[in-house]
Amino acid sequence: MTENGGVTPLVRLENVNKHFGALHVLKNINLTVSRGEVLVVIGPSGGGKSTLCRAINRLETIDDGKIVFDGQVLPEEGKALARLRSEVGMVFQSFNLFAHKTIRENVTLGPVKVRGVSKDAASKRAMELLERVGIAAQADKYPAQLSGGQQQRVAIARALAMDPKMILFDEPTSALDPEMVQEVLDVMIGLARDGMTMVVVTHEMGFARRAANRVVFMADGQIVEENTPDEFFTNAQTDRARDFLSKILTH
Amino acid sequence: MEDLIRYAPDLAAGFLENIKLSIVAAIVSLVFGTVLVAMRVSPTPVLRAAGTIYVNVVRNTPLTLVLAFSALGLSDQLGLVFSTEPRTNSFWIVALGLAAYTAAFVCEALRSGINTVPLGQAEAARAIGLTFMQSLRMIILPQAFRAVVAPLGSVMIAMVKNTTVAVAGGFAADAAANMKESFDQVGASIPIFLGIVVAFMAVTLPIGYLTGRLAQRLAVAR
Ligand SMILES: Nc1ncnc2c1ncn2[C@@H]1O[C@H](COP(=O)(O)OP(=O)(O)O)[C@@H](O)[C@H]1O
Ligand SMILES: [Mg+2]
Repeated sequence: MTENGGVTPLVRLENVNKHFGALHVLKNINLTVSRGEVLVVIGPSGGGKSTLCRAINRLETIDDGKIVFDGQVLPEEGKALARLRSEVGMVFQSFNLFAHKTIRENVTLGPVKVRGVSKDAASKRAMELLERVGIAAQADKYPAQLSGGQQQRVAIARALAMDPKMILFDEPTSALDPEMVQEVLDVMIGLARDGMTMVVVTHEMGFARRAANRVVFMADGQIVEENTPDEFFTNAQTDRARDFLSKILTH
Repeated sequence: MEDLIRYAPDLAAGFLENIKLSIVAAIVSLVFGTVLVAMRVSPTPVLRAAGTIYVNVVRNTPLTLVLAFSALGLSDQLGLVFSTEPRTNSFWIVALGLAAYTAAFVCEALRSGINTVPLGQAEAARAIGLTFMQSLRMIILPQAFRAVVAPLGSVMIAMVKNTTVAVAGGFAADAAANMKESFDQVGASIPIFLGIVVAFMAVTLPIGYLTGRLAQRLAVAR
């Protein structure tokens, strides 16, 4: 099971194509994510970053090509697909906590209903995870009672509760007020340190430099450039990437 | 006034039938309406089409025809029998006819409720590995129900009033008979009319009030 000189890939995308009507949003994407790797995806809006993320847990279907997760081609539908999704955590830009459930219920729902964990065990674990992300005191509140930064940390705890093999983050800090960005990034940096496999769509250069193994620059549905964070941010190879970086750096 | 007092016991007995009909139709239509809305939002095209056709046909057919169909079509032609006792049998035929009719409106109220639930809720549910049915049952429908408690109350009020059509149209039980008898004998006197109106309002006003209160209590904060 070893490839790439001993590192087992967890996800492999081969010649993946995706259209929205006439719009070609993923153009022949080839990408591998190794176990324990933290991959940052960066690039201009509309470049296909979200679609790429969502294709990995099949929230979006693909037109052709192949996505292999943990040695298996993604199941098309039904129970097998639900099982795959339970192994791939997802953290959304807009948090998407279940609005009618308490924080604790948000975190226990998956383990209880998908994994068949007992309520007590799930609740105990939920409290540990909420402790870890610093929200334990709010366990019995509803999402709308929490700040954006707190909600996003709960969303991370909800993903972690499934013991996922990997977590996808789609611009997890873009909807946050500036003073709340760091508290979420800190949790993510902690996860990266603990060896979680992560694909993170973000423009947070600080996070990329501190936690990422690799940066992928995506524009117009293509992977334009791929490098280590330091190389990418200081010595981008393509005009597109340099142009993009000059724009986000001036902000 | 004397008329009202003289016929009150008969009218009350008849009215009781309306109440029984309302309760059965409320329960059955809520369950069936939920099944219909699940069909209408399901990923399976055949189910979606079936749900859409049912709702559009039934919602646009006069209640009297729906009831006539359930009495003539289901009962007489298909020989559907719920009870050997003719009165009980016709009660169930009418109750189910009314429920089948009301379910179309329950479905549409719920569907507008589903439209208030942000797409991200369903995506997050799928992302933790819930199946379509699980996310519908645990995430989407609970929020949809809360959003449409008040409109559902209106659907139920309309249904309660429709029991009079049901009773007069198909169900030859005491209610219609007694009402007709009182009308025949004393003419449709104003006190009797008013008495019936008050009796219905005693049922429907609390439904409106309670569902209004409930709607506020259950509202999902976003
Ligand atoms: N559900 C959709 N239907 C139609 N077009 C879509 C849909 N989702 C995304 N798109 C389009 O696909 C392109 C890529 O979108 P996206 O993956 O969200 O890019 P990014 O996350 O990099 O901003 C954009 O042009 C966007 O408008
Ligand atoms: Mg995006």
